[in-house]
Amino acid sequence: MSVAPREFTASGMAARTAAILFVFVIVFTGLLSAAHQWTKPAIEASAAAEKLKLIDEVMPSADYDNKLLGDTLTLPPTAELGLEEPTTLYRARKDGKPVALIFEAVAPDGYTGKVNLLIALRADGSLGGVRVTRHKETPGLGDYIDPRKDKNKARPWITQFNGMSLANAPDKDWKVRKDGGRIDYYAGATISPRAVSRAVLKAVKWADGQRDELFAPPEAAR
Amino acid sequence: MIDRNELNSIAGNGIWKQNTSLVQILGLCPLLAVTTNAVNGIMLSLATIIVMALSNVAVASLRNFIPHEIRIPVFILIVAALVTVVDLLFNANLHELYLVLGIFIPLIVTNCIVLARVEAFAAKNPPLQSTFDGLFMGVGMLWTLALLGGMRELLGNGTLFGGIDMVFPGLQPIQLLPESYPGLLLAILPPGAFILLGCMIAWKNWLDARAAQRARLKPPPAEAAGLPV
Repeated sequence: MSVAPREFTASGMAARTAAILFVFVIVFTGLLSAAHQWTKPAIEASAAAEKLKLIDEVMPSADYDNKLLGDTLTLPPTAELGLEEPTTLYRARKDGKPVALIFEAVAPDGYTGKVNLLIALRADGSLGGVRVTRHKETPGLGDYIDPRKDKNKARPWITQFNGMSLANAPDKDWKVRKDGGRIDYYAGATISPRAVSRAVLKAVKWADGQRDELFAPPEAAR
Repeated sequence: MIDRNELNSIAGNGIWKQNTSLVQILGLCPLLAVTTNAVNGIMLSLATIIVMALSNVAVASLRNFIPHEIRIPVFILIVAALVTVVDLLFNANLHELYLVLGIFIPLIVTNCIVLARVEAFAAKNPPLQSTFDGLFMGVGMLWTLALLGGMRELLGNGTLFGGIDMVFPGLQPIQLLPESYPGLLLAILPPGAFILLGCMIAWKNWLDARAAQRARLKPPPAEAAGLPV
């Protein structure tokens, strides 16, 4: 505890205190920006790896051979996907041929807010997979939409969507059983699966209608 | 630098007498949000231990340069900078651990324990003692949150150590109650944390009161001197 020496006047002391605070701010801001600069490359590398890992869950890397993170399309905010911010759509190809579109969607009507989804739609119109990337559903109740929280590890709830397409499932099937569809759910927690089902159908319809445009090669997009 | 008695007193204060959650009742926000199972409670405490030890040693080393009048802004600056640096370093260098602890590190910012210990201890004591104070305050938080999280998930789901597979892949949570246990949602939701924390505080006060009564009835033997009074 250092106390300013007595010979300082009030304004002198104020100036001295301000100067000390200023020095502290400079030093610790410097420390922060140094740490930020130093860790930036490593953090970006692991963020990309993580994104690929998540994509891997909906789209096995053996099914495509292009550099996914380099073959992207920036989507404007799209109401059909529930998106309020621009997002990135990834395009998987094999030998130059379209394999799948991987994009984000949001279910706005979860039990406790938004449910963020990652969807892989294959070139034939069927779903490669759906994953919940972020949600706030009730722990132990509605959170089984996330396979990491699902008690059924062998066949998590979200995998029901795999292989579904507009061709093999009419609109009414894309609902929970309670609403006349074919999506199972756990009793007592219908709102979360209902929100996810609705968002998935909307997203599939949106992407299916403009598959060719979305797959257009990067050169054409520019 | 530090003698045994001093170390014992710092440890006793941190782990029991001044336990952050049971006596100082600080940091309730992360406590409510995170202790839905024992693993989360332990992980948050580990992250807090690291940050508390670092911020205590930083403030204790700089304490002679910090004018008394502006100590709070300077403390906040130091704690916030350290939390961010720890967050960045973890993310860059220990990414596997970061995936587990990562979401808890920013939560520490909402935890007033860190600032409280800086103000109450590190600003008045040398760096070594302050480091130990940070460590043991964190240890006190660790066992409290682990116990609270364990009780909440046992009552709520009938399991113990749910989410352990995120820390050690391959390990499974222990199913203590039969699979048919319906679960008690209240225990998992925030009110359950308040109710169980209240029970734990009552339990601690009961133990302390009993120890105090025994000490009054007969002069304490040497080994009882370590017990809280």
